[in-house]
Amino acid sequence: MNNSEWPLWEVFIRSKQGLDHKHVGSLHAADAAMAVQNARDVYTRRLEGVSIWVVESKHIHASNPDEAAEFFDPAADKVYRHPTFYDVPDSIKHM
Amino acid sequence: METLAPTPEEQFQARIDADIRIEPKDWMPEAYRKTLIRQISQHAHSELVGMLPEGNWITRAPSLKRKSILLAKVQDEAGHGLYLYSAAETLGTSREQMLADLHSGKAKYSSIFNYPTLSWADMGCVGWLVDGAAILNQVPLCRTSYGPYARAMVRVCKEESFHQRQGFEIMQTLCEGAPAQKEMAQEALNRWWWPTLMMFGPKDSESPNTEQSMKWRIKRFTNDELRQKFVDMMVPQAEFLGLTVPDEKVKWNEERQAYDFGEVNWEEFWAVVKGNGLCNHERLQARVQAHEEGAWVREAALAHAGKRKARETVAA
Ligand SMILES: [Fe+2]
Ligand SMILES: [Fe+2]
Ligand SMILES: [Fe+2]
Repeated sequence: MNNSEWPLWEVFIRSKQGLDHKHVGSLHAADAAMAVQNARDVYTRRLEGVSIWVVESKHIHASNPDEAAEFFDPAADKVYRHPTFYDVPDSIKHM
Repeated sequence: METLAPTPEEQFQARIDADIRIEPKDWMPEAYRKTLIRQISQHAHSELVGMLPEGNWITRAPSLKRKSILLAKVQDEAGHGLYLYSAAETLGTSREQMLADLHSGKAKYSSIFNYPTLSWADMGCVGWLVDGAAILNQVPLCRTSYGPYARAMVRVCKEESFHQRQGFEIMQTLCEGAPAQKEMAQEALNRWWWPTLMMFGPKDSESPNTEQSMKWRIKRFTNDELRQKFVDMMVPQAEFLGLTVPDEKVKWNEERQAYDFGEVNWEEFWAVVKGNGLCNHERLQARVQAHEEGAWVREAALAHAGKRKARETVAA
């Protein structure tokens, strides 16, 4: 019985031409074609999308949330990467 | 003096208190995970079983328009079930396990679906009252502390308001129709009113899990708070329809700025929860039958996918 469970797929939807695909959830399907069709029925019943990506969940690799603090630490102390770090004289326009 | 490092539990609670959402791979107390799996899968089962009482009227809807609307609503409920099963799966349980628990009777679903839908007016009451109660339960869940559950609920809530409106419209049409139609509407309200009040669960004083769930911000309001909100919302709507809520204790309380109302029949509530409602047996049987009779389709689809993959590998 266990081997009859369809694999899990993650679904990404482009809501509008010009926007990026965004993760919306997951579903089970026997193969990619069925996953795309099921994604249409489950996640776009009200024109929520113009394009669908599906990827089998087992192929997703993620950063480790327990190490998030150290992992993202290099960006934390570089305020000079932001434009607000710099003082621009009031008389300077268009900058 | 040295301060003790916060325990994982304390760190977790601090995140909850700061309204930072918990995501699937974050550390969480085992009891939080278990509570969520139970609540989300119960919710998913309710969406799934909830299709049955309305499915009962699809072939007998009074017009093509009503039939299309009812079909779309029932399809939405299937979708809600799927969003929720997906959310529960992120906690480490499997779809197969959840369905097995539903089919064995181990897992519960909302007792409201163990009541029969006897007349077309019941489709009005289910949409207006049952989906109305569901919305009250669900809107606060859009801010629940577990990310995937909250996101699923945002999608569900967007779709629910059409469910309630189509139900109200059915009631309004009946109430503006012939006397026999209005009578049908009143009769349905008489049957659905109390079971709908039961949807909010036992009284706060008899709901031992509420406190912990509120602390974890899984729940944002207590059962009694939501039940009161529901009565305050629905009594004026029933009045608008020219219908009478079947509770002579319903009365506006100027001091509380809320309606007083009578006591739910808790004996009936527990009887239905324990499996002795009018339709418990029939509902579960319909689910099990659908699952078993669909087994060959699931297996065939998997076999087909496997063969196609093998062919592609050979071709490559
Ligand atoms: Fe629903
Ligand atoms: Fe629902
Ligand atoms: Fe609904």
